[in-house]
Order: sequence, then C-alpha cells, then structure tokens
Amino acid sequence: MSPLLFLILVPLVAAAFIMVGSNARLTALVGSAASLVFVLVLTALYRQGSEQPYQFVSSLPVIPSMGISLTLGADGLSLLMLLLASLVTVAAVAVAKTPEKNPHLFYASLMFISAGVLGAFASVNLFFFYMFHELALIPTFLLIGIWGSGDRQAAAWKATIYLALGSFVLLLGLIGLYLIQPDGMRTFDLPAIIGMADAGLLPEGNWIYLLLLVGFGILVSLFPFHTWAPQAYASAPAPAAMLHAGVLKKFGLYGLIRIAAPIFPDAVVQFSNLLLVMLVGNILYVGYVTISQRKLDWMLGYSSVMHMGYIFLGFAALNTVSLTGASLMLFAHGISIAALFALCGEIRERTGTLDFAELGGLAKPMPAFGLLFGFAAMAAIGLPGFVGFAGELLVFFGSFVAGEPLMGVTAGGKELFQFNNYQIATICAVWGVVISAVYMLRAYRRVFFGPLNDRWSGLGEISGPARIAIAALIVVMLVTGFFPGLLVKLIESSAL
Amino acid sequence: MSFPVEFCVLSLGILMLLADSFFPSINKRTLAHTAIVWLAVFLAATFFLQPSPLWASPGGFYETDALGLFFKRFALVSTILTLVLAIEYAPVVERFIPGSRPGAGLGEFFTLPVFTCAGLMWMASAADFVMIFCALELVTISFYIQVAYMRRNMASLEAGTKYLILGALSTGFLVYGITWIFGMTGQTGLRGISTVLGMVPVASQTAILFGLGLVLVALGFKVAAAPFQFWVPDVYQGAPTPVTAFLSVASKAAGFVVLMRVVDAFLVAPALQAKLVPALGFLAGLTLVYGNLAALPQTNMKRLLAYSSIAHAGYLLVGVASVGSPAAGRAIVFYLLAYLVMTFLAFLVLIPVSKAAGGDEISDFNGLGRRAPGMAFAMLIAMLSLAGLPFTVGFLGKFFIFEAAMRQQHFVLVVLGVVTVACGFYYYLKVVRAMYWQPAPEDAPPVLASPLTRFTAAFLVTLILILGVYPKPILDFLP
Repeated sequence: MSPLLFLILVPLVAAAFIMVGSNARLTALVGSAASLVFVLVLTALYRQGSEQPYQFVSSLPVIPSMGISLTLGADGLSLLMLLLASLVTVAAVAVAKTPEKNPHLFYASLMFISAGVLGAFASVNLFFFYMFHELALIPTFLLIGIWGSGDRQAAAWKATIYLALGSFVLLLGLIGLYLIQPDGMRTFDLPAIIGMADAGLLPEGNWIYLLLLVGFGILVSLFPFHTWAPQAYASAPAPAAMLHAGVLKKFGLYGLIRIAAPIFPDAVVQFSNLLLVMLVGNILYVGYVTISQRKLDWMLGYSSVMHMGYIFLGFAALNTVSLTGASLMLFAHGISIAALFALCGEIRERTGTLDFAELGGLAKPMPAFGLLFGFAAMAAIGLPGFVGFAGELLVFFGSFVAGEPLMGVTAGGKELFQFNNYQIATICAVWGVVISAVYMLRAYRRVFFGPLNDRWSGLGEISGPARIAIAALIVVMLVTGFFPGLLVKLIESSAL
Repeated sequence: MSFPVEFCVLSLGILMLLADSFFPSINKRTLAHTAIVWLAVFLAATFFLQPSPLWASPGGFYETDALGLFFKRFALVSTILTLVLAIEYAPVVERFIPGSRPGAGLGEFFTLPVFTCAGLMWMASAADFVMIFCALELVTISFYIQVAYMRRNMASLEAGTKYLILGALSTGFLVYGITWIFGMTGQTGLRGISTVLGMVPVASQTAILFGLGLVLVALGFKVAAAPFQFWVPDVYQGAPTPVTAFLSVASKAAGFVVLMRVVDAFLVAPALQAKLVPALGFLAGLTLVYGNLAALPQTNMKRLLAYSSIAHAGYLLVGVASVGSPAAGRAIVFYLLAYLVMTFLAFLVLIPVSKAAGGDEISDFNGLGRRAPGMAFAMLIAMLSLAGLPFTVGFLGKFFIFEAAMRQQHFVLVVLGVVTVACGFYYYLKVVRAMYWQPAPEDAPPVLASPLTRFTAAFLVTLILILGVYPKPILDFLP
C-alpha cells in the first residue's frame, strides 16, 4: 500500500474503531499520534533537491475517461501542511474534554476531519483534493451543533451553508479548469495541468481564476466572505476550532498557491487590485473589529480571519520570496491559533465565561497557564523568535518588491516617487502587525493581569496532556522560529 | 435470443392477482416475497437475454437500444425496492383497510406495482407517440389506484383525487400535442418525425412547436417540473409511503427517458433546437429555484422529500437542456441512478420511524441518533447524498450534470444550480440536526424494522458510499 494512502486510512480506521465502541479517547490519541509519527518519518525520508517534486506517489484510476484518479503524492509544501495537520490533530485530541453525550461520535468526528485534511494535502489530483476537503464539512457541523456553546445552532448553520456554497463555487472553478484544457488531453491531474499551462496550451482563464478566488476565498474567510468564521470558532468546542482554524481553513490558501499561482499567473496579476483591496479589508477592517471585541473567543476568531490577510498578500505578490513567506505563515498561524484556541477552551472550562470584563488576574492562581498564553499570543503577533516572524518578514519583503516600480523623473527634472499598490498594501499590512499587538496584548492583560476576581482565586493550574500538548506546540514554534531554514528548505524543494 | 421481459412481468402480476383471489388464505407477505424473487430473476435474465417485444418491429414503436435496456433494469430495481417498502408498510395499510380477514386488500397493494413496472418498461422502449401514450396511461392509471389506496384515510383519498384530475389534464395536453405534431408531419414514430422534420415547410414549424410545447407540458407534469408541480406536495404527502417513493423515482425516471427521446428526435431541426433548448433551460431554472426555495420551510418529511424531488427534477432538466454535449445523456442516467438509491434509502428509514411515531414530521426523527443509531446513520448518508456531499453518489451525479452544462455554456443555470445546492444543504441537514442535535422525547417508542428492511438499507448505504468513491463499474455500464 502506498504510504500516503496508509496515512489517510489511519484516522479513518481509528474512527471506525471508535464507532464500534472501543475506548474513544485512547483510540483517537493513538491514531493521531501514529499519523504524526508517520508524517515525521515521511519528512525524514523525503529527498530534498531531487528531480521529482512529488514523492511517495501512488495512483488508482477512478474515472479514467475524465482523468480522475486517486493520485497521492507529497512535495515539500504538502509535507509541511501534513506536519501541521497531524501536529494540530494530536494537540486537539489531547486537549479535548470527553463530552458526556455521545463521546464516540465526538472523537470519530475529530478523526474524520483529520482524515479529510490529510487527504486533501496529500492529493495531487484536483478532484480528490476537493473531495477530501468536503469530508470535514459534516463532522464540523455536528461538532459545533452538538457540543458547541453559545448560539451554536446558528453558528453551525451559517458556517455549513457558507462552506457548502464556497465549495460548490470552487467546484465550478475546477470544472472550468478541466474544460479549458484542449479536448482529448483533459485531466484533473495537477502536474499535468501545470505542464499544459507552461507549454502555453491553456487559453486565458480569467473567469476560472475568479471562481477559484471566490470559492477558496469563502473557505479561507477572505473579506467580505468572512462573517461565518468568528461566529463558528466562538461556538465550536476547542478541538473543533483548533482543527478548523488551524488546519482546515488553510486548505483554501494552499489551493490558491498550488493551483492558481502556477496556472493563472497572468490572471493573478490582472486582478491583483481586487485581491489587494479584499486582503487589506481582512487586515485593517477585520483588525479594528478584532480590537473592539469584548470576549476572548470572538476576538480569537476575528484575529484568525485577520491573519489570513497576510497570507493572501504573500500569494498576491506572486514571487518566490512572498510565496515562501506565505507557506511559512500557513504553518505558523496554524500552530499559534491552535494553541490559543486550546487555551481559550481551558479558560471556558474553568470559569464558564470568556468576557474580558469578568476575567482578570488569572496569572496569579495559574502562572504556568499565563506563561503559555503569553507565548502563544506573542507567536500570533509574530514577534522575533517565533516562526510567524520569519513568515511575515518574507511576505513583507516579497510583496514590497512586487509589481512595477513607479519611479522616474518628471519633465521638470524632479525625482518622482510613488508607491505602487502592492507597496501600499504592504504598508497597511505592517500597520496590521501593530493592530494585532494591540488586541493580543490587551487580551493578555485583561485576562491574566489586573485585579483578581475572588471567584477565580481557586482555579486549578493547567495540567496533564493539555499542558504537554500546548507546550509542545509552543516549542515547535520556537524551534522553527530560531531555525526557519529547516522549513524554508522543505518549501524550496517544491519549486513555488 | 430474445426475451419478452414486459410480458413476463405482466404475467407475474396476473398470476399474483389470481393467487390472491383463488387462495384467500395465502399469506400476502409471502406473495410479495415471491414477487421480489421473480423480479430479481427477470432482472438477472436481462443481462443474458435480449429483451424484445413479442413481434419484430424494426425502426418501429419499440426501441431495443441500450438506454431502453438500462431503464428496464431501473424499473425492475425500483419495483423490487418498492415491494420491500410495501412489506414494511403493510401494517399501516391493514389499519386503513379493515376487512373480514387479516391481510385483506394487501394482495392488490403488492400486485399493482408489478403492473406499473410493466408499463414503465414499455415506456423505456417507446419510440412512437402512440406507444408512449399507451405506456404512460398504463403507468398513470395504476398509480391513480395506488395513491388513493388507503380508502379510509382522507389524505390518501384527497391525494388520489388531485392526482387523477391533474393527471387527466396532462394526458389531455399530451394527446392534443401529439395531434398537432401528427397533423404537421403525418408521423407518430419519433424516427419518422425526425426524418420528416427537415422537409416540413417553414410555415408549419410554428404548429409543430406548439404541439411540442403541449407535449413538454404533459411531460413536465410527469417529471414534476415547475410550473407543473402543484400536485406534487399534496400527492406525495397523502399517498402511502411506498407509493410515494415509487412515484418519485420510477415515474420521474420514465418521464425523463421519454423526454430525452422526444427532445432528441426534435433537435435535428436547427430552428426547433433554437427554441427548444432555451425553453428547457427556463423550465430547469424555474424548477431549481422553486423546488429548493419551497423545501426550506417544510416540517413534514414527506413534503420535504416531495419538494426535494422537484429540486432534483431541476438538476435533471439542466442535464436535458445540455443535450448536444456528449456527456449530457450519461450525466442524466447517472443522476437518475443516484437519485434512485438515495431516495429509496430515505423512504426506507422513514417508514419504520413514522410507524413508531405515528406521523412523518421531521421532529419525529428527534434523537434518532441515540434511539436507533443504525437507522440514523442510514438516513444521514441518504440526506448527505441528496444534498450532494462528496464521497456519496449524489455528489458525482451533480458533478456530471454541472460538467455537461458548463460544456454547453449554460452559465446561468450552473450558477442557479450552485446557489440552490447551498439551500439544499440547509433543508437536508435539518433532518440531520433532528437526529443528532435534538434530544429524543421521553416516551419515544422503539424504532423497529424487519431484517429485510435492515439488509436493504445497509445495501443501499454501501452502494451510495462505494459508487461515490469508485463509480467506474457503473460508468462503464451506462449506455
């Protein structure tokens, strides 16, 4: 059996065991840990700098007449995403609190999401790339609807309908991509399509790019299609929010980098102004909305929407530096937001409220908790030492040099200098870092410092698997933050 | 080697009737089981023997092509599934038809679908308007009886009356349309018409178009396309549940086969094609929007499935409007197959649940995820497939339809299709929500289903999932 197919089957088999009644939590932990180990082994075996970008390839024809086959393969970027997915899955299962009602369905849903994301990131055939992503849709609906908090029903409906709509728009884009290929060569195999695009066999595909952008954009909560995300993350149980915000949402950006960047570079440039406006909307508009939040879960939800703007900027600039930065940020943001949602879930578990007005001084009874939260918040801002910093820096460097420089000399001999749109967007994005520092540090201060409410003086410290898992996530961010070269080398081999 | 499969089915029906009348003590369920076995035998026989009418008719009113053959099998499979449903539903029928001896009235309840099946199979092969009309009437008249079968139940009677009146009206449209077409072309055979069409003077094309329009209206009634869908919700809700399933799958499928054959015959004339394709596109768009929007507020499961059946007719019509693309025919046939599997699965779970709860509201499904996990899982799969979620056969059906429509550049229809798919997620997931989110009522009676029903449900679930991932065997097999 091919190693990647095995990787996808591990969580599915775990889910099957859970459904027939084995110990749900233990099975899920073993299953997710097994996939993490397996991905680490694959990463170690991956030969960087080899001629073939995709390794561990296996193919199973499904509808040969339409070029649909279950082709699995991994290159540097997909391995990075697989690492992220398996790491966050282990953490999500570790911090999960076994619910009283229907625990088997709960853990099986987590395993289904895991299988979906692993499958999507390991697929080379666009048809299955799409299909695997959808595998996570219904488990998310069930997780929010059954075990969520707050107005969970509305949140689950809204997210599900948005995501279903977005994915069908995406499907139209993929069908369009299939139909513009010359008759007789049509396929869903991504390397083959990129080959056709390089050979100039594909006609202009502006409308397909727009379909892909809107479809993926809805899935990634691109402004103005973002309203489902904060509500869903605020209502979702912590493991679901971690998996969705940390991993599943990255699917859309991964898809844009993987599909749109190599196949439609001209269309990306042609519609760059549209995308720049939307992503600045993500950074500035959503950024200010984030500052005004009064509850921690909503604030984290909005912040995860806001950070997508940087990654979109890296994609829009479309050069090697910015795309590498965007890929790094996919990883960095995934881990930091997962750690934050895990901690947020722990606070909700202990206090029953996430309102800033009611919290305060929690660092006194729980110093280790406060320390972990501080690290995670700083990683989310992108301070030096964390991998997010490397990602943001590369994105900003890449996007500032993108586009045509608007420099020259006027008729009067005066030197003329104007920022182009990419540079304006980059400046806005740098201001966004200040915004995220404001809301993250304010949240940190309001929750962990200040006068301690007597109600919270007896709170227990974070302990057990949750403490280990969150600490591990922070260690990963620190290690890769000090040695981002480890990841950059991996990404380089996938020839962005 | 030829094999008159319709006559075999017809004889089976007559024998069942005779057995029912001459041996009143016979267990009616045994009768149904026997019928299932025999229909399965006929189904198997179609793979080895060439079905044919009893007499040869080259190029005549009976088409022995792959499409016809495929739909004969389709009719046989849906009749078998209907009988499985009918056996599960039998206690309800007995309650509404009090007789002198146990099981009174059940014999005909099991026999009528067999006669309908023969009509459906003739319809699948009909290539002449006279033949189409006769087969359609055999189907429709047997459905009139089945819909109104529970004669002590007001809803069933009302449904029967509505179906009778609107069915008769649509028959009138059909005959009137055929008359106009015959008057202008002098032909009733579809092949004859398409050869003659090229020679018809331009002046009489309007008359042909008028006739064709009337035929489309009649077929629109049969496949439940908007704006000819008014009868659907009431009839589906009032009819006995197995009949509803049969009506929504087999009758619709046969309507689509006839529609495909008729449209195909008239497409040869470019002037007609220029009018026909936009008309079909308009019907498709209207049906999509109406079916999906009207399904949103439904609280009754059978009504929900009725509107969903209108919505699915919309997707199928998008496929019909894309004829001309080589992929369209295959897309429609695959979609119908997917529709058969998932719709029957939904009805198969509905019957035991509504028997336990005494009604078929969506709220009767509350807490089914805990009360009957297996049944709830089957319903979950059915709903996800109807909504079109990947890894189910329903997704591939929509995928092929959208692909065919985009080939023909029907972008408006495709956009409508995508928006309405999102509506579909809402109303199908309402059932999922009831099953998994809502707590079960305290006094909820246990949901019991016979082993045959359980086995069939498990089989259909497997089929949905396997064909959703690996449709190749079926695709190789499609005409």
